[in-house]
Amino acid sequence: MTTTTKPATPVTATRGRRPGAGALALRQGRLEITQFLRSRESVVFTMGFPIIMILIFASIFDGTIGGGVKFTQYFITGMIATGLMTVSFQNLGIWIPIERDRGVLKRYRGTPMPKWVWFAGKVIMVVAIGIAETALLLAVAVALFDLDLPGTAAKWFTFGWVAVLGVTACTLCGIAISSLARTARSGSAVVTPVALVLQFISGVFFVFTDLPTWMQQVAALFPLKWMCQGLRSVFLPESFGAQEPGGSFELGRVAVVLALWCVIGVVLCLTTFRWTTKRDG
Amino acid sequence: MDDELAISVRGLRKVYGDNVAVAGVDLDVRRGEVFALLGPNGAGKTTTVEILEGYRRRDAGEVTVLGADPAQPDAGWRSRVGIVLQGTGEFDELTVAEVIRHFSGFYPDADDPAKVIERVGLADKAKARTHTLSGGQKRRLDVALGIIGRPELLFLDEPTTGFDPEARREFWELIRDLAAAGTTIVLTTHYLDEAEALADRVGVIAGGRLVEVAAPNRLGNRQEALATVSWRTPDGTLESAQSATPTAFVTDLAARYGGEIPGLTVTRPTLEDVYLTMIGHAR
Repeated sequence: MTTTTKPATPVTATRGRRPGAGALALRQGRLEITQFLRSRESVVFTMGFPIIMILIFASIFDGTIGGGVKFTQYFITGMIATGLMTVSFQNLGIWIPIERDRGVLKRYRGTPMPKWVWFAGKVIMVVAIGIAETALLLAVAVALFDLDLPGTAAKWFTFGWVAVLGVTACTLCGIAISSLARTARSGSAVVTPVALVLQFISGVFFVFTDLPTWMQQVAALFPLKWMCQGLRSVFLPESFGAQEPGGSFELGRVAVVLALWCVIGVVLCLTTFRWTTKRDG
Repeated sequence: MDDELAISVRGLRKVYGDNVAVAGVDLDVRRGEVFALLGPNGAGKTTTVEILEGYRRRDAGEVTVLGADPAQPDAGWRSRVGIVLQGTGEFDELTVAEVIRHFSGFYPDADDPAKVIERVGLADKAKARTHTLSGGQKRRLDVALGIIGRPELLFLDEPTTGFDPEARREFWELIRDLAAAGTTIVLTTHYLDEAEALADRVGVIAGGRLVEVAAPNRLGNRQEALATVSWRTPDGTLESAQSATPTAFVTDLAARYGGEIPGLTVTRPTLEDVYLTMIGHAR
């Protein structure tokens, strides 16, 4: 052993082999996706759940909701919205506390990795899994239940921005709510009831306008109802807008509410996010 | 800041509610030194080290680690510091090689992942999912992640907990290699033999205070301590005497017995005796 000092090599930016910021984020995203796909629980419950639900619902309600429009056209919107919420809000709200409890987050904080790279990795994972899951859901619905896909570019565009805004809001809220869980195991206890209640009151399992008015009003405070409503404008004929609570699909309001939730989510994340557990001081 | 110092701490305090975890610690660690913080559980070892690592905020005191305040760690500083935490943060679904390769990407001058895997003795586990590793193997993975960035300063918080004796010896060799290559090493441990085997200097911490800092063989003035000579008298009773000059004492005794002294032992306080006395006083 030596006590003589030997200056360690100074680290300069120029000799770095470290990947650039964008590449770091992509690597992080790839790692997150790998972890997700290798976790059987994640794949079955997060990706499988909406598909199982559409199989059940479309088999039970194989009639029409009037005007020759199949029930599937209605339920697919709830299933897509639920799927997007599951992959973002529930997935993150359950897994981040586990990673925090295990010290995975603490370990990342001890490296020179920029903080945002970790968040970017989660977002990339959510987006990739969300797209895959939605595509799978649509494929199953088209193949087995004669779902009619949107026929115009405008509808696909609406589909796109509703999904992006909705996933963004749910991702941010999922990261924010992860800080409520004190231990690894409490993540799902915190998140699951919230998600389940929102699914029931937001028109995922029932036709929204069949719900009691007060329930509709509570649901209107949260993103899921607006995601469903935006998606209904994509999968249902224009004329069905008249049956919505607001008398139309209210796409402007959908955008505003979802954007507002994105802002709330960012604020909550910035103020409450913890890299370590409480007992870590 | 003295360039010869990797770590300089003055008057460090950390309080959790009513509990004073660190109550005024002063500490210097020279560059290239292996420094062990030795102390019982709850003595403030981990709190002190985590403040130095930039994980915890301090309530008072001045701390400089590699020329910077660890309370504001930037990426450049982080890339020069290696950390092996007490708990093992697991990446259940990933293999050893995947985790190490991934972390190597965070550092500007990372070591070769395959080489590091070999070095920590995980070569035959490189393709194993991390959740299949034993406790000792997980610890090796932790160490691999601590050294992948080729740190100038490496923190090890109770690194060999859960190791079998052989794994521990191998680990000690690894630490000696790193030290020989100029890495400054700060480790916490509650194994006395580990501190004695590895450290240039040992700081004994108890009750949030640094009780003493010295080379392991000088701790508690061990070298100057009186030796205990004990032997059996012809009627079989055990006699013992404390002596500053045990050699002379034994020579006299041998003369008295005309040769062999029955049941002769000469002992000095072990590191453990010294340590237990020290932490006993601090309580």
